[in-house]
Amino acid sequence: MPQDKTLLPSLSKPLARLAPALPVVLGYLPIGFAFGVLAAAAGMGAFNSLLMSLLVFAGSAQLVAVELVAQGLTPWSIVATTFIINLRHLLMSASLSPYMQEWRPAQVAGFTFELTDETFGVHSLRFERGETRAKLALLINLVCHLAWVAGTLLGMLAGGLIRDVRPLGLDYALPAMFIALLVMQIRGRVYLVVALMAAGLSLLVWSAGFTQWNVIIAAVLAAAAGAGAERWQKQTS
Amino acid sequence: MAETDLLITVLGMALVTYLPRLLPAWLLRGRALPPFITAWLRYIPAAVLAALLLPSLLVEGGRLNLTWDNLYLWAALPAALAAWKWKSLFGTVLVGMALVALARLLGW
Repeated sequence: MPQDKTLLPSLSKPLARLAPALPVVLGYLPIGFAFGVLAAAAGMGAFNSLLMSLLVFAGSAQLVAVELVAQGLTPWSIVATTFIINLRHLLMSASLSPYMQEWRPAQVAGFTFELTDETFGVHSLRFERGETRAKLALLINLVCHLAWVAGTLLGMLAGGLIRDVRPLGLDYALPAMFIALLVMQIRGRVYLVVALMAAGLSLLVWSAGFTQWNVIIAAVLAAAAGAGAERWQKQTS
Repeated sequence: MAETDLLITVLGMALVTYLPRLLPAWLLRGRALPPFITAWLRYIPAAVLAALLLPSLLVEGGRLNLTWDNLYLWAALPAALAAWKWKSLFGTVLVGMALVALARLLGW
């Protein structure tokens, strides 16, 4: 579906098309900053810290990894933990796959490299609205990734100065973004129930101690319940 | 940890992170999937976002904060309302951040 609604090229138009990336950038700068500061404090050199933000690009996993490095765990433990933490991206990748049918393999490879919770949230909204062009999706991801790396760099440079992001409420940028993305996914009763179930299950599983698995377990079960309800509704109507 | 060990760690992390992101999209993108699976995939975003969101609002420092002074939780309500009304990512983020900043300014 064509998304070019204006005929006149202007400076604001390219920027406007990147607008979906803005909340993510706002969130990634402070969190990347926090990661950079913590990585420096844990004794990770500039090279490895930046490399991690460049090649891994996973906020929660990176923050956990820095903690584990500081605790002196082995590379293998850290890699295994990272795998578990990021496994939920498997689901996200699967759920976006229908929209990538027209994409070239290299575009799929490039896009999924930068698939995070936040870029997933942004694109699942856009793709559903019909904005499925690969180039813009890749560009949005790139901007988000750059913000993450930039935040990391700033954090590393700031080093010991742990500046407080709290007075500006910057630490709430990501939760607020998730709230917005979630609200926009609620397109009907079943979606609402799925979200409530997933939230509740996630909390339960987390409280039971499975702090790496709660998202996956909750999402798989809640979405299955939703799909089941929907199929059942279809069959009885 | 030694520099080379760190490098190995980073590269290992990159690999185990990229593969789950890549493979489903790579393998599934041309496929017509059974109706139950496509329905399931359609609910995954809402489910994943909700599953991520609730703990992030309630967990502070590794523990649940279910008390009345959980700022994140309180700010979530107006933020959700803003999202519902304006359907704007940026607007919601602004509202959320502004509320939190204001609350802290007032001594929360």
